[in-house]
Amino acid sequence: MSNRRADFTTSSLWAICAALVIPCLALPAHAALGGDAASIQADQIHMQGSRRTIAANSYTVHEIQADTGTVVREYVSADGKVFAVAWHGPWLPDMRQILGGYFEQYRAAVQSQSSSGRMARRPVMIDQPGLVVQIGGHMRAFAGRAYIPDRLPSGVHVEDIQ
Amino acid sequence: MRNLRILSVLMALVACMCLAGCGGGSSKSSNGGSPPNPIASSSGSNVAPIAVNGGPVGNYDDAAFASVTVCVPGTSTCQTIDGVLVDTGSSGLRILSSALTVALPQQKASDGNPVAECLTFLGSFTWGPVQTADVQIGGEKASAVPIQVLSDTDFPLPDKSSCKSSGFNSADTLQTLGANGILGVGLFAQDCGGGCVNSTGPGLYYKCPSSGCVPTDEALAEQVANPVALFASDNNGVIVELPAVSGAEASVSGSLVFGIGTQSNNGLGGATVYTAPGFVFTTTYSGHTYPGSFVDSGSNGLFFANTTGIVECSTDMGFYCPSTTLNLSATNQGANGASGPVNFSIANAQTLFSNANDHAFGDLGGPTPTSNADYFDWGLPFFFGHNVFTAIEGKSTPGGAGPYWAY
Repeated sequence: MSNRRADFTTSSLWAICAALVIPCLALPAHAALGGDAASIQADQIHMQGSRRTIAANSYTVHEIQADTGTVVREYVSADGKVFAVAWHGPWLPDMRQILGGYFEQYRAAVQSQSSSGRMARRPVMIDQPGLVVQIGGHMRAFAGRAYIPDRLPSGVHVEDIQ
Repeated sequence: MRNLRILSVLMALVACMCLAGCGGGSSKSSNGGSPPNPIASSSGSNVAPIAVNGGPVGNYDDAAFASVTVCVPGTSTCQTIDGVLVDTGSSGLRILSSALTVALPQQKASDGNPVAECLTFLGSFTWGPVQTADVQIGGEKASAVPIQVLSDTDFPLPDKSSCKSSGFNSADTLQTLGANGILGVGLFAQDCGGGCVNSTGPGLYYKCPSSGCVPTDEALAEQVANPVALFASDNNGVIVELPAVSGAEASVSGSLVFGIGTQSNNGLGGATVYTAPGFVFTTTYSGHTYPGSFVDSGSNGLFFANTTGIVECSTDMGFYCPSTTLNLSATNQGANGASGPVNFSIANAQTLFSNANDHAFGDLGGPTPTSNADYFDWGLPFFFGHNVFTAIEGKSTPGGAGPYWAY
């Protein structure tokens, strides 16, 4: 009897899981940074990666590991919005995908930064009122993060985004 | 809302399961350090002169430049190109299409379509066809080396590419690269390595039918290669030799020496070997440990986390601007346990840059982009006054097999 009961519970859980996951798979690709939590599913599919979730005090971290070795972490606040993304690994992630609607602002900023007079090969640091993007590293080892400063949940420090 | 609540319950469950997978760490031992290797000016068939002189545009700070000769494979149709950036932080020879006057053969994929490459650096990328050249530097020669020819126009950059999705600008012209090319003589034998062999995931290689370039995989032997690894001899690594620089100088000259322990002029001597099996080693600075640290002549400063409140420049963004020069110390440690201190100084970059004719700065540094970055980047200032050995992965040397740095 107990075995049957366990079987029933397990299959119920699977049914719940399926009910939750299947609608997610059908969701369109929303923006990542600034988007809702559902957009992470799109990022995961785009990266062909595996995913795990870590709960913190006032936010949830969704971690996507791509088969290239690059890891992307998306930080979701209690209201379900992605307020930050961070990444590390041998190759840059698809910045268009993970920055979503913020990509054009990022691109304009990075391109104006690189047109200054003196040549330099140094980290990318974009610090605008509505968007911070930081990228460092070297060949086969890149790391960085992007966040929306005024959307950090209270008590969250920039250092937590990594 | 209900879906969200159920989702958050599920997330919490998953989180519980995930927590068990976290953690880890490493223990470290330490040996005594050794004094820096003395600088000797080198000569011989395995030596190429280099200069820190601003480069061919005259605006490139703390960067070393060499001359490289490329030839149509198997012929004496050759061209010497000067102003090529010496970069121990990357691997592979990249030459501006606009600087090339010899016609090199185009590499083709198995289906006959030409191969091109996109490589992202920090804040810029290089794009263009993969071609084949015999490469001569100093008295050394490598045959049929895949190189990247940098060109925005030979093949249209596809929208679906890691270059486009990086958001960076291309650095395929003299003005945007600040050099006629990049001579990548780092720890790697190829630029991508195993990650591109059976996968298009890294987004480096493309095949280009007339309909447009699409991602492709690339066998190791076809990848843009560290030309040193393909030299007939003296092929296990390089030494960058540059004199000490205090303050600011217009230019300094040094040597790029090929081979480690293969000739009378390239022995390790008193240098300490710091092995880097993961292509990184560990730097400890100001009480913090940076396990992803590296030595990179292609970085124009010492870049490390600003954990002590060093004043950062307001106009020369990305560099430090302390009111007086700071004398600092850090400790490097290899995976082999070898450990030793490095003393370095950080001067006010704005002051250093005040004379536009100066291009060699011994005390130039800046912050890493995030205070929790896992690396200390020992850029070109570290090379001034040190003979720095870079041993290529898988190559044997008297100090053991690469990859390692020694100094």
